[in-house]
Amino acid sequence: MHPAKSIILFTSLSGLGFGLLAFLCLGVPPVTDWIAFVFFAVAFAAAGGGLIASTFHLGHPERALKAFTQWRTSWLSREGWLAVATLAVTGLYAALVIFTGTRIFILGALGSLLCVATTFATSMIYAQLKTVPRWNHWTTSVLFVGLSLAGGALLSGSVRAAILLLLTCGVLQFYAWKTGDSRLAESGSNMASATGLGDIGTVTAFEPPHTGGNYLTDEMVFVVARKHALKLRSIALVLTFLAPALLLLLPFTHLFAAIAVASHVLGLFTLRWLFFAEAEHVVGLYYGRR
Amino acid sequence: MTELPTQTDRKLGLVIDLDTCVGCHACVIACKGWNTENYGAPLADADAYGAQPVGSFLNRVHSYEIQPPDNAPAQLIHFPKSCLHCEDAPCVTVCPTGASYKRVEDGIVLVNESDCIGCGLCAWACPYGAREMDPSEKVMKKCTLCVDRIYNENLPEEDREPACVRTCPAGARHFGDFADPDSNVSTLVAERGGIELMPEQGTKPVNRYLPPRPKDVEIDVLGPLLTPVAQEPRGFLGWLDKALERL
Repeated sequence: MHPAKSIILFTSLSGLGFGLLAFLCLGVPPVTDWIAFVFFAVAFAAAGGGLIASTFHLGHPERALKAFTQWRTSWLSREGWLAVATLAVTGLYAALVIFTGTRIFILGALGSLLCVATTFATSMIYAQLKTVPRWNHWTTSVLFVGLSLAGGALLSGSVRAAILLLLTCGVLQFYAWKTGDSRLAESGSNMASATGLGDIGTVTAFEPPHTGGNYLTDEMVFVVARKHALKLRSIALVLTFLAPALLLLLPFTHLFAAIAVASHVLGLFTLRWLFFAEAEHVVGLYYGRR
Repeated sequence: MTELPTQTDRKLGLVIDLDTCVGCHACVIACKGWNTENYGAPLADADAYGAQPVGSFLNRVHSYEIQPPDNAPAQLIHFPKSCLHCEDAPCVTVCPTGASYKRVEDGIVLVNESDCIGCGLCAWACPYGAREMDPSEKVMKKCTLCVDRIYNENLPEEDREPACVRTCPAGARHFGDFADPDSNVSTLVAERGGIELMPEQGTKPVNRYLPPRPKDVEIDVLGPLLTPVAQEPRGFLGWLDKALERL
């Protein structure tokens, strides 16, 4: 799949933002006044910024409000509703904490739950697609939510939770790659099933419909730079999980914490780039590619 | 509404005969022509005379080579592909705006272009590559089964079928109602063993493909009666062969 900048920014930033909000709404860290303001501002900037970035992907962003209508069947619509509900509930909680110093536990807990639910809905936009076997698996959702919470723990300075979540997600990510590599082959979709001609013999693509590319090949048969995938995977594992976890294991300083966050965010962008670039859509089979 | 109807009154769709399709791409052009001049946003071409032309098409013809086992001659199959108007259309349910829908009366899957936000998720959900984002209008385009032809009383009756079917010079495309077991398309599918594309995706496509008829099966009936062709060279060539062997 084509790794569009807007969607990489959207999934990474809103994941981080909602992860941080989930911790802040549970009173972790127990900040008040202007420090609380800064923490919440960072969280809302990331979550909101990510959501705004997602609209750059749309052909007609001016009609975006229509996307709230089909929550009965569409995960994209549900994601929209959950994001708005989350921002409203956590916004109210944040305002009460910052301006009145009161913490309403139930409101905070609801906000945290909504943060997790929103990230889950985001993950389901991808995990629901049978057409992309690599994504159509529970690891997609668990990793989206896990990475969101790991980032949230890191940003909120919850050292122990962050180390635990980072290392768990690192192992899970490795597992997701390992099993994901063979999932297209295991999906049962191949050139024989795509053309229905497998009974006659071995099917190979002789000629594409047009000599140039098209929307389908640009959007869903993205194979550029996959040759670097292994190197990028290693870099992403180190940057996202290992380096931040190691830095947190050292005696705490703000410099180390800042480097850990920077490394994690950079790693997260790499992870998401790989998430899209490595995903093979079954329509590629019609073009003899994957 | 993106909830799929549990049942449609009719199941309109196409049968494509891979045995007769000659790969002329006339259906591609007829489709592009009709759907550029009629219903919805025109099918654009970007950089049409430049180095990298790209455009939206609702129908594309692939070509595949099939190599049978035991080294029999390979077959070349031309393979037109457009929307299969699936019964369980995944492109419809993922749509966040309700722009995509499946009609209860005839099962045609359509896009209401004024509601489409151009998010592209429906194209991701389709295993067949039936949906393409228009490069100019930035809305999702797909086969409408020429909904503006098949019910159009301003057209002569013989023209009330999809443009691709009407134009096909080989008669490889057939249009009809799959819900009626006695329709032309249902009969063809029953007689020729119509294929469903990617059944493992669970989309229950309506369109069917007729596999190519077996080739070269009866050619050997008289074979054994024919005089064998000389395997060994005789006469001058035979002498030359032997002489050269001895050297």
